[in-house]
Amino acid sequence: MTKYKDANFNQDYINYVKKIAPKTNEARSLWHAFLVGGFICVIGQFIRYFLLYAFGLYGDELAGATSMILIFLGCLLTGFGVYDNIGHIAGGGSIVPITGFANSVCSPAMEFKSEGFVYGLAAKMFVVAGPIIVYGISASVLTGLIYFIIGLFTA
Amino acid sequence: MWNIVFMYLKAFIVGGLICTIAQILINTTKLTSGRILVVFMLAGVLLQSFGVYEYLIDFAGAGATVPISGFGYLLAQGAINGAKNGLYGAITGGLKAASAGITAAVVFSFLVALIFKPKSKIH
Repeated sequence: MTKYKDANFNQDYINYVKKIAPKTNEARSLWHAFLVGGFICVIGQFIRYFLLYAFGLYGDELAGATSMILIFLGCLLTGFGVYDNIGHIAGGGSIVPITGFANSVCSPAMEFKSEGFVYGLAAKMFVVAGPIIVYGISASVLTGLIYFIIGLFTA
Repeated sequence: MWNIVFMYLKAFIVGGLICTIAQILINTTKLTSGRILVVFMLAGVLLQSFGVYEYLIDFAGAGATVPISGFGYLLAQGAINGAKNGLYGAITGGLKAASAGITAAVVFSFLVALIFKPKSKIH
């Protein structure tokens, strides 16, 4: 595909597109992202306290169980079609929390079930999560190797 | 008592601010949600590999662990802890620490996709 510079376009047309394109109300979208994102974190904090006092979990187990419950809730709300509606309002506030990660796994899995259980549901599940896992694991191995090498010299 | 109320407040503000940063990125750069998630996860890995993110978790609790950057923190911290036990730990530690989240996401998504039918999206 050839790349066009803005100058090659008809200026009137560019102005027309700018006028017609939906404007995101910046201040409003930031406020919504702040409220919804903060609220999801408050739910997370509630689950943390609940698991801490009711089941005596702590440390890694507490963190793991909390994110598992949040991921469960994220998947369930995606199943009922609620999470996408939250996303329309909240934007970043629903994408960045771990529930948004769950949504990004669950949503394409549901969507592509009609294309089969192997190449549809199971393969498309990782359309968004795949890159996160690829770069996450690679970055963690790099971190581990750097710390291992530093450890060799400082031991 | 006030400790707990204060903790909720800190979780709300810090978690909300992290999401606001994401929304600023969305508004100004047109990054898609998949790229936003990767950027924030890598930011968590980077911050923790300098040992910074754990202070944010001490301060804000779920406000720092619930955003995807907390997932990056888990990956980095797992690798750092593993590296203390040798090369094998350095390589496997990250995914080991993140296994709860990945397993939950895969299994619950599979079950939900089996049970529910996709809703038609209204744009």
